[in-house]
Amino acid sequence: MDDANTDVIQGTLDMLILKTLSLGPMHGFGIARRIEQISQGVFKINPGSLLTALQRLERGGWLDGEWCVTENSRRAKVYKLTRAGKRQLNDQTVDWSRRVSAISRLLKTEA
Amino acid sequence: MSIWRQLSRGLRTLTNRRLADQDVADEVESYLAQAAEELEANGMSPDEARRTVRLQLGNATIVREQVRSYGWENVVSACVSDLRYAARRLRYNPGFTAVCVLTLAVGIGANSAIFSVINGILLKPLPYHNPDELIDLLHTAPGVKFPDANPAPFLYFTYREQGRTFQSVGLYAQTSGQVRGLAEPEEAQYLGVTAEILPMLGVEPELGRWFSEKDDTPGSPPTMVLMQGWWEKRFGGDRSVIGRQVTVDGTSRQIIGVMPARFRFLDTNPAFLIPMQFDRNKAILGEFGIPGMARLKPGATIEQASADITRMIPIALHSFPPSPGLTVKVFEDVRLAPKLRSLKQLLVGDIGKTLWVLMGTLGFVLLIACANVANLLLVRAEGRHHELAIRAALGASRRHIVRELLTESVVLGLLGGALGLGLAYGALRILVAMAPAQLPRLHEISIDPAVVVFTFAAAMLAGVSFGAIPAIRYAGARTSTALRSGGRTSSQSRERHRANNALVVVQVALALVLLIGSGLMIRTFQTLRLVDPGFDPKDALTMRITIPPTAVKDPEAVMRLEQGILENIRAIPGVTSAGITTVVPTEASTGARQVYARDKVYRSVPPLRRLKFISPGLLTSMRNRLIAGRDFTWSDTYERHPVAMVSENLARELWGDPRSGIGKQINANPKDLWREVIGVVQDEREDGVQLEAPAVAYYPLLMDDFDGQKFGVMRSVSYIVRSNRVGSRSLISDVQHAALSVSATLPLGTVRTLQEIYDKSFARAAFTLVMLAIAGAMALLIGLVGIYGVISYSVSRRLREIGIRTALGARPQEVARLFVARGLVLALIGVGCGLAGAVALTRLLVSLLFNVSPLDPLTYTAASLGLLIAAVFATFMPTLRAMGIDPIEALRVE
Repeated sequence: MDDANTDVIQGTLDMLILKTLSLGPMHGFGIARRIEQISQGVFKINPGSLLTALQRLERGGWLDGEWCVTENSRRAKVYKLTRAGKRQLNDQTVDWSRRVSAISRLLKTEA
Repeated sequence: MSIWRQLSRGLRTLTNRRLADQDVADEVESYLAQAAEELEANGMSPDEARRTVRLQLGNATIVREQVRSYGWENVVSACVSDLRYAARRLRYNPGFTAVCVLTLAVGIGANSAIFSVINGILLKPLPYHNPDELIDLLHTAPGVKFPDANPAPFLYFTYREQGRTFQSVGLYAQTSGQVRGLAEPEEAQYLGVTAEILPMLGVEPELGRWFSEKDDTPGSPPTMVLMQGWWEKRFGGDRSVIGRQVTVDGTSRQIIGVMPARFRFLDTNPAFLIPMQFDRNKAILGEFGIPGMARLKPGATIEQASADITRMIPIALHSFPPSPGLTVKVFEDVRLAPKLRSLKQLLVGDIGKTLWVLMGTLGFVLLIACANVANLLLVRAEGRHHELAIRAALGASRRHIVRELLTESVVLGLLGGALGLGLAYGALRILVAMAPAQLPRLHEISIDPAVVVFTFAAAMLAGVSFGAIPAIRYAGARTSTALRSGGRTSSQSRERHRANNALVVVQVALALVLLIGSGLMIRTFQTLRLVDPGFDPKDALTMRITIPPTAVKDPEAVMRLEQGILENIRAIPGVTSAGITTVVPTEASTGARQVYARDKVYRSVPPLRRLKFISPGLLTSMRNRLIAGRDFTWSDTYERHPVAMVSENLARELWGDPRSGIGKQINANPKDLWREVIGVVQDEREDGVQLEAPAVAYYPLLMDDFDGQKFGVMRSVSYIVRSNRVGSRSLISDVQHAALSVSATLPLGTVRTLQEIYDKSFARAAFTLVMLAIAGAMALLIGLVGIYGVISYSVSRRLREIGIRTALGARPQEVARLFVARGLVLALIGVGCGLAGAVALTRLLVSLLFNVSPLDPLTYTAASLGLLIAAVFATFMPTLRAMGIDPIEALRVE
């Protein structure tokens, strides 16, 4: 398993973050954890890329970030989806499924 | 993603960098802490948890750097830090920085200055309403060999009434006359205009109003509009002048308006304007020579206007009576045709060519300056080779290093540009103060936004281009070789040599082209000075006087008055001779008439010739040589003998040999009295030395029956005074006094020397010469510094080698030969390229040269030899140092 590629598929990190946040507000580490759990360890999140992506999404107006105190009384920046973010997630999901089904059709026809 | 949001967030980050950094740092910290906490919860010790997190996720600093580098604001701050770094490096190297900045400042400043001149003269629109619609109503008359003919009142009336392409048409003429009714009488320059002229230019008066159609109608009360300068000078800017009466040439005129300070009428500087009041009922064919302008209808072209005028000329010729004694056929034979051009063209003339040549020249200087700075930067980058290699090894990207090197050179460029702009400002102040003749629109030359943008662009371009050479060369340095060779290079790489050498060759070649260019101008100037103008401009004064009919009516009395003044002037101590003429060389002439010879048969109109009315003794005081025959006498003048003189070229044209002209008969109009040619005068280049002498007919000042006029006298004349006291104030006041003692009420024109007027005709050549010489000198100097720098650097790099050679027994001369030979080879290659370039480029100079071939062998040889000698000299100085090297010292270096 060590040699397996655990990079997030290029260009999908934003969508994964948006999707994760659509389940509820969360801080950076929480998002990473959640993605790793749900993907059952297929994707490992690099904190540098994640935090950069969060900056980018916030700058784009799809997320709102706010410093809060977590359950174990630690300061963390908690992000939640904005309305524009929800729309963006919807668009990206539709686009993604269209492309995935196209790819899988292509892969199937070969066999 | 909204741009606004990007911008505002970015700005917030930029303005409060620390807070933004803290935010990122906190978030990274909290992320890593949570990861560690999770591991601890799974049973790890806190220390172990932290180490594991660091191993798996990377250390906090690296993560922070990665997150921080997001956003446009980070590009900005990276640039800022690059700038700060470049500034620091430049500050620690003041000598290098000063040399580079100065070199660039001279190069860029020279270009900014010439660009502001070009911008002010050629590029800026004229300061009138919709200036592109304004045209100069120039005509041509090939039938009488008059390439440039100004319109006449009958044409003005025709175009005004029947033109299809004009919004309006007007005439104007500059004259001088005497003004009374103020503190003291004054001979003033003023402008006559038709009513259309001021509205056509569209500059509103500051006080009062423009001329109305009615003011311009004959019989209406005479009016005048003041120009700002004269209003301030004579009325102290009094706003209640409107309505006051001033007497101009005996006519009392009411002031109806004052023009604003920004209004200039072309390049003239009149005191005031008056309406011309042409009478349509009295207009006749003829009376040419009154300049006109027109405003085209929107969208109409000069071609359409020309077609329109070509259509109207025959109509005009049949709508007005011909001048007395002439037929319509005579005017048809003139073959009048339009030669329209934009008003700007009229104003700017052919100065454009000179200016573009200068711009190109100074562009070369900038190129040479850039080559020089590139060379210095190369040398410096060579010194940093080691450092750059280490940085590359430590992970600096190629892009990063290129950006840093370029930032440094762009900073140099911009510093040079800023200083250059200052130099340009100073140079323009000097230029405007010197006010070289024939530079039109001088008052519109200034450092305006266009010039600043130009300078900035030139500085950026220069910075990037000379910075690119070292950047390309060193950014990709192969780390391992650079590090291995360490600091102890015994000699330079062949590759580096090649770049330095190429730059030096380019410098030498460009400098040679400029030297040859200025050499050709020097030769032109020499040739011009050697031309015999046909008169002697040294030690002579001139002063103009007008006697209006209101002052003295009888022509003979006018002649007596003029002669009285002349005798008074001749009596002044130190005056050797004096005379009266209507034409002062290189000043506007009084006009032209045909010359008919009695022994010729004319089937069509002969060409127009210049006219000159002179007193006895004028030829002596001008030092015009009499080729044959005799001068006029006072009895010729007062008894009105039918006599005339002709210029040598006119006599040769009419009768073959100048001497055979004596005794022939001529007149200006076949209906006039025939006049006997009593003298033939040497040709005089009265339009300026570089132009062929015109054919001239000389007549006495007082005559019967000339050109349809029964009895007439020249009322506006110039005195020519030859004296060894020219230049002294006392002579000028003596001359003025001589005039005033005859008639105290006569206003006097300014007294000037002939030399001053004559020198004006050299002005264009002198201006070009000085500018080219400055450019050539700068190029030579910068080029020599370039050669010097390269050789002296190569000496310093090869100290060890020289030391070894000397230790092994090489004699100083052999060491010297090593370097001098290299300098000479470079200079020779440069001279070769330069000669080829000069052959190609000096062709552009042809229109500025006078009797000098653009391939003048003398100039080419002298410039090449001079440059080679200077180059050897520049090589020799660092070589001396190499010769004096002590081998032991040299081997110990580094």
